[in-house]
Amino acid sequence: MLRLPRFGVVTPQTVEDVVAAINQPGARIIAGGTDLLPNLKHRLEQPALLVSLSQVEALRQVGRDDRAGVVRIGAGVTLTEISENHLVRQLYPSLARAAGIVASPSIRNMATIGGNINLDTRCRYVNQSEFWRSAIGGCLKSEGTLCHVVKGGRNCVAAMSSDCVPVLTTLDATVVLVGPAGERRVAIAEYYNTDGVRHINKEPGEFMTEVQIPVPKGPRRSAYAKWTVRKNIDFPLVSVAMRFDLDADSPDARMTDVRVCVGVLNAKPRLIRRTESLAGKRLSDRATVEALCQLVYKQSKPLENVPYEAPYRRKMIPVYTRRAIEKMLAS
Amino acid sequence: MAESFLLSFQLNGEPVEVAAPPHYTLLEVLRYKLDLIGSKQGCDKGDCGACTVQIDRRPVLSCITLGVHVQGREVVTVEGLTRPGMHPLHDCFDKWVAAQCGFCTPGILMAAEAYLSAVGRKVTRGEVAEALASNLCRCTGYTKIVDAIVEASELMAAEDEGKDDHRRAGNPSKTS
Ligand SMILES: Cc1cc2nc3c(=O)[nH]c(=O)nc-3n(C[C@H](O)[C@H](O)[C@H](O)COP(=O)(O)OP(=O)(O)OC[C@H]3O[C@@H](n4cnc5c(N)ncnc54)[C@H](O)[C@@H]3O)c2cc1C
Ligand code: SF4
Ligand code: FES
Ligand code: FES
Repeated sequence: MLRLPRFGVVTPQTVEDVVAAINQPGARIIAGGTDLLPNLKHRLEQPALLVSLSQVEALRQVGRDDRAGVVRIGAGVTLTEISENHLVRQLYPSLARAAGIVASPSIRNMATIGGNINLDTRCRYVNQSEFWRSAIGGCLKSEGTLCHVVKGGRNCVAAMSSDCVPVLTTLDATVVLVGPAGERRVAIAEYYNTDGVRHINKEPGEFMTEVQIPVPKGPRRSAYAKWTVRKNIDFPLVSVAMRFDLDADSPDARMTDVRVCVGVLNAKPRLIRRTESLAGKRLSDRATVEALCQLVYKQSKPLENVPYEAPYRRKMIPVYTRRAIEKMLAS
Repeated sequence: MAESFLLSFQLNGEPVEVAAPPHYTLLEVLRYKLDLIGSKQGCDKGDCGACTVQIDRRPVLSCITLGVHVQGREVVTVEGLTRPGMHPLHDCFDKWVAAQCGFCTPGILMAAEAYLSAVGRKVTRGEVAEALASNLCRCTGYTKIVDAIVEASELMAAEDEGKDDHRRAGNPSKTS
């Protein structure tokens, strides 16, 4: 039995009331609670007040905004809704797929996209009970003063383990934040930093109202590769999102722009550099796919922060990348 | 600090009002405030599905849902899986001996009922495995559970057809 610590809860109904509530001392946002509640049960935090988004209808919409050229997804939309939404499936199949393979079906019915984007980082030494952690004296992210992953390290390297974030990064999504000073927009690639303790570039008095994704301007293919021990329930051990813009709507077309983002390395998702070297080449060409897999492999160095040995996980990155591309081309 | 919350929601088809501390999960509200101990407290952190209940007809994990979150919503627990006579899922779990210790059974019944009601047709073994991916069982090896649910899907679909025929017979103007 894992009991929650004592806290108060408020259930505001409007965005303004949420802002007022989270600016009280010790306040913390709760959406679906599927990440926050296990962490509180493990005593990783003890907030005085939870500000629930469950009654804020304004955060539950998905809609296309043609003037801005984006699709807007409210922070409170559930992952089940995203994976089933026709607009998302049609315009962003890799997002529909990533959202549809998070955790397990019952969790996806509760889990929101806002919670997935603001998910805490994870580590085998921190996502444990308080009793378990007491045996190793905690660490930088809990009660302790050192890191067990990088010996002598001064920086927590817990892993950004969200399935949707690497995908949203390849889709050039923008996060909309609201706080006492009004609204602010941040490119999702700029939303994270490498400090596993505070990996989100958001002020404490701000919260996320929606994520906006540009509507594709031309033909495109996209894919998401996730490796887990079990097919369901588990967080990713390897996670690679890919987006290929093409000069024609055919599997044999030439690539005009390529974006690849890798998760579960440290606290910040890694955008793969030098993908422009692939422009003009065809995905139907095996050597091109191999070159892409090598680019991803060279720039991705997993750490011993989540289960499974880091060298093994590193070897699996190109394997799962290649399989995801093959599956994408076959469909 | 935190005072009790007055929660009102629909529970197994009846309105309920209950006071509970704000840090109680839905599972704790059900078990400790309402004496509904059918939903099980297993891992208590989202890994096993023993605590599965339905909110607005979708299966969710009550151990990682705040009680406060069901305000104004419709909750069904395994205690609500009743009808005059036996539910086809009960019948089939009995026939196939789909429970050994039975600890996972209430959660599995709620996930299965939500899925079968949503699709309303006979399902395949593969579909059952996907639909039950949130629920772990340490005893049965799943084979009998899947057998039971596949058979229940046939019975439930047949029942639905019966209902449609009945409706048509009673109100011919609405046939289409
Ligand atoms: C068994 C299990 C398996 C899981 N597997 C996966 C997996 O495979 N992949 C994966 O990605 N996740 C997984 N998760 C984590 C989690 O279920 C999802 O990431 C989910 O999307 C979190 O959403 P939520 O609404 O439940 O978040 P919450 O728990 O409510 O919130 C998570 C964090 O985000 C903050 N937050 C929430 N909404 C906002 C907002 N609008 N603005 C600012 N901050 C906000 C909260 O304060 C909190 O810190 C798993 C969880 C469990 C229990
Ligand atoms: S990376 Fe190091 S500091 Fe961070 S959670 Fe893991 S052990 Fe703790
Ligand atoms: S008790 Fe809720 S998932 Fe295990
Ligand atoms: S019958 Fe014992 S856990 Fe499933």
